[in-house]
Amino acid sequence: MGSKQTVFTHEQLEAYQDNPFRQRIAQVFSEDGDGHMTLDNFLDMFSVMSEMAPRDLKAYYAFKIYDFNNDDYICAWDLEQTVSRLTRGELSAEEVSLVCEKVLDEADGDHDGRLSLEDFQNMILRAPDFLSTFHIRI
Amino acid sequence: MSSQLKVLEGEAQGGARGRARSGSPGTGDRSERSPSTKQAPKAEGPSGRRGAQSGRKEQAGGSSRPRSPKRKHTEHKRRQEDQRPAERTCKERRKRDGKASFKEQKATPKKEKEELKEEMWEQLKKHSASGGESLSEEELAWILEQVEEKKKLIATMRNKPWPMAKKLTELREAQAFVEKYEGALGKGKGKRLYAYRMLMAKKWVKFKRDFHNFKTQCIPWEMKIKDIESHFGSSVASYFIFLRWMYGVNLVLFGLIFGLVIIPEVLMGVPYGTIPRKTVPRAEEDKAMDFSVLWDFEGYIKYSALFYGYYNDQRTIGWLRYRLPMAYFMVGVSVFGYSLMIVIRSMASNSQGSTSDGENDNFTFSFKMFTSWDYLIGNSETADNKYASITTSFKESIVDEQESNKEENIHLTRFLRVLANFLIICCLCGSGYLIYFVVKRSQEFSKMQNVSWYERNEVEIVMSLLGMFCPPLFETIAALENYHPRIGLKWQLGRIFALFLGNLYTFLLALMDDVHLKLSTEDTIKNITHWTLFNYYNSSGWKDSGPRPPLHPADVPRGSCWETAVGIEFMRLTVSDMLVTYITILLGDFLRACFVRFMNYCWCWDLEAGFPSYAEFDISGNVLGLIFNQGMIWMGSFYAPGLVGVNVLRLLTSMYFQCWAVMSSNVPHERVFKASRSNNFYMGLLVLVLFLSLLPVAYTIMSLPPSFDCGPFSGKNRMYDVIQETIENDFPTFLGKIFAFLANPGLIIPAILLMFLAIYYLNSVSKSLARANAQLRKKIQALREVEKSHKSVKGKATVKDSGDTLPGSSKNAIQVQLTKEGTTAHPGSQSQILEKKAQGSSASNSADRTMLPTTRHNPVPQPPGVRSSSGQLLPQPWKSASGKSGQRPPP
Repeated sequence: MGSKQTVFTHEQLEAYQDNPFRQRIAQVFSEDGDGHMTLDNFLDMFSVMSEMAPRDLKAYYAFKIYDFNNDDYICAWDLEQTVSRLTRGELSAEEVSLVCEKVLDEADGDHDGRLSLEDFQNMILRAPDFLSTFHIRI
Repeated sequence: MSSQLKVLEGEAQGGARGRARSGSPGTGDRSERSPSTKQAPKAEGPSGRRGAQSGRKEQAGGSSRPRSPKRKHTEHKRRQEDQRPAERTCKERRKRDGKASFKEQKATPKKEKEELKEEMWEQLKKHSASGGESLSEEELAWILEQVEEKKKLIATMRNKPWPMAKKLTELREAQAFVEKYEGALGKGKGKRLYAYRMLMAKKWVKFKRDFHNFKTQCIPWEMKIKDIESHFGSSVASYFIFLRWMYGVNLVLFGLIFGLVIIPEVLMGVPYGTIPRKTVPRAEEDKAMDFSVLWDFEGYIKYSALFYGYYNDQRTIGWLRYRLPMAYFMVGVSVFGYSLMIVIRSMASNSQGSTSDGENDNFTFSFKMFTSWDYLIGNSETADNKYASITTSFKESIVDEQESNKEENIHLTRFLRVLANFLIICCLCGSGYLIYFVVKRSQEFSKMQNVSWYERNEVEIVMSLLGMFCPPLFETIAALENYHPRIGLKWQLGRIFALFLGNLYTFLLALMDDVHLKLSTEDTIKNITHWTLFNYYNSSGWKDSGPRPPLHPADVPRGSCWETAVGIEFMRLTVSDMLVTYITILLGDFLRACFVRFMNYCWCWDLEAGFPSYAEFDISGNVLGLIFNQGMIWMGSFYAPGLVGVNVLRLLTSMYFQCWAVMSSNVPHERVFKASRSNNFYMGLLVLVLFLSLLPVAYTIMSLPPSFDCGPFSGKNRMYDVIQETIENDFPTFLGKIFAFLANPGLIIPAILLMFLAIYYLNSVSKSLARANAQLRKKIQALREVEKSHKSVKGKATVKDSGDTLPGSSKNAIQVQLTKEGTTAHPGSQSQILEKKAQGSSASNSADRTMLPTTRHNPVPQPPGVRSSSGQLLPQPWKSASGKSGQRPPP
């Protein structure tokens, strides 16, 4: 089905160097958590990031990607990491902390100061453009 | 589901008898579903359908009969062993997920069931391998069900967050099963159909994507605007979007005027030089081609199809008998009609859009953080833009947030705001007086001879200067007020609007004076023309017998044609406005940027951070410039049909020019702020300007007599007479009567009243709907809150439970799960409890039933036991129980 490409050109690999979460993605999908992927891990990644993947699955893995310290909760530190990656550190420290505070304020359903997967799903499934942006195309 | 597991377990402990017992509910249930004649004779025993099945098996193979209970027992134990890990994995998974979301909870029982079924399938395989090929109908039905299950599994495989290896094994198993048994059921094409469907779905998605890309590519300047948006924020981009929209509107107007008025006139009208109105007068002929004359839209340009005066008053032109005066009038009306309609429509759609996504407000920052990165980006330049735009949008939201919880000295703020408004009103009055003064002076100048260039153009110069210097002044004053930038922008827009409006109307009044002056002299000119022609034809100088050749059109004395004069005024104003804008950009932005950039190396202080700095993009000034320019176009297009063409060119060039200028020489605002979601404020101003520009045009059409010797309406008393004329001459008489009847005030006034009533009614309806909407939204919010708190409670419970049960045996785990589900009373668990009860009762029923001396025991031990679990899907567990007890009688 479709065109199958077995070898990636240099340009194609370069093209994905811009994603601020590239390391995280590799870590989440790799078995050893170090970003070294087996073929199966690789396939996993693309099956999740494909356009056909269902919403819940994407939300689940998005949570894992944004959970930088792998403690199954997105805490303030994770949020700071996310913001600084998204803006390449162009926001000042106060602005970053304000943003994190606001995010926790908005999405933290059980008020425990961190986002559980449930909170995250609850929020992300309402986002208008989550589905359209959270995939990778080859 | 857990209740079932428990039953199963108990049954496992109870051995063969227990199994027989638990088997009955499921089978009985099934028997009710598919009673068949074949099975009927066998169903005499108390064990019902099970008997039938076993009987059939015995008939078919016979080899399964000699199985001893002991073997069954061991087999069962093994199965039980199998079952435990399955449970545990379920349990573990649930724990791992750490979420007891509704969906998941519903999904897990299904999975357990699947696993049970798999076992059953294995059993069946074993059995069929040993027992023979023929299958009972019941088994067929069961296989069918299994196949459906597997297909469903294949279809939903991608929904499961399993690693690929597990997915693959599961998928292969399922596929193998489907392949094997679908053939047995005579439907082998399922796989291919599935593949085909998947292929089509993929193709469809791809097509949709490509089409979407194509559509995006078709939007002009989309990339430019996105580029600007990512660097300057949505507010600056909103200006360019507005500009693009305006360009579209002007293109339509241009098509209308060009296609229906100018082209027919050029193609079919009387050519240039045949009649006086289409000829340059003798006195102007020498200079008619000079650039300085053409630049002022005099000379040949004045006597061209670009202006009102060129058009002839012939009723029809060309072989098409095109009614040009009528078309001219109707196009003039429809320009306004179309503009009004399109502006109102876009306002309506804007406001609709803003209400529909208003509820997403409570996740602004979260959405920005988690969904703003587009994982599709595969181009480093785009990625840079995306980084910039994300940063900008964060800053926008931060500004919003900071503004919303800022606390200040309210008295000081109030005082400053009053002061600022007072200063601005002073400015406005001053500028109004200045314009009035200049216009008065220019009227004096116009009476004098040989005035200088400055004196001739004083009004335009003063107006341009005011337009250039007042907005920055206003901005400086507005800094006192300390508004949120978005609100500040609106105030600024309103103030500049007032300034421009004052200028425009002063200009219009001056113009109107001029027109009246010209109208008053028209009668004398008319007489002069008449007498010239009369003298020419009756003069004694011509002694010949033949008719004298007509006077050359250039020599005929003619009136001043006020319509063309007005058109020229607007044309000049538009062009000078355009030039002033461009020069301002070039000098104020570009040269300043160059200076700051390059002189910074050799200057005493830091130019970039210090005084001159780079310019910010002036949103309010540009928006209002655009709006007033459009107002000028609307006003002038009736008198200068070519004006819209000029405007289209202007918008096109200014799109490219300003895009370049913004990207090259402006810096983002210090406080980047988000544009309000709909640019209805711009649209509102536009409607106001449209209405204001409609007024003078309507006034001139309805109450001033057209010039006697130029334009399509010459010779008529009023311009709108052309309609009456067309109705009288070209329509059947009864239509004319109908029109006359419709124009009767007795009909119009009730119609207007009716419209008012309709507006009132619709308004009240929309208000009540809005209220209902708000209430529903509140309800949803409340529901969500309840759900949230409920979930958090449940989530905590799950965590605790799983913590407790971790060291315990799987049996314990099941118990805990049961109680937990009992406490969180959602419908699923309730039904499970009921089922459990039902099974309990049926178990007791069958318990005493098994005391009966039945020699027949079940040779196929597993299926009934498992079937009880599959039977759980059926909604009436007690019906099966009662049905069984009803069947029981023959002892």
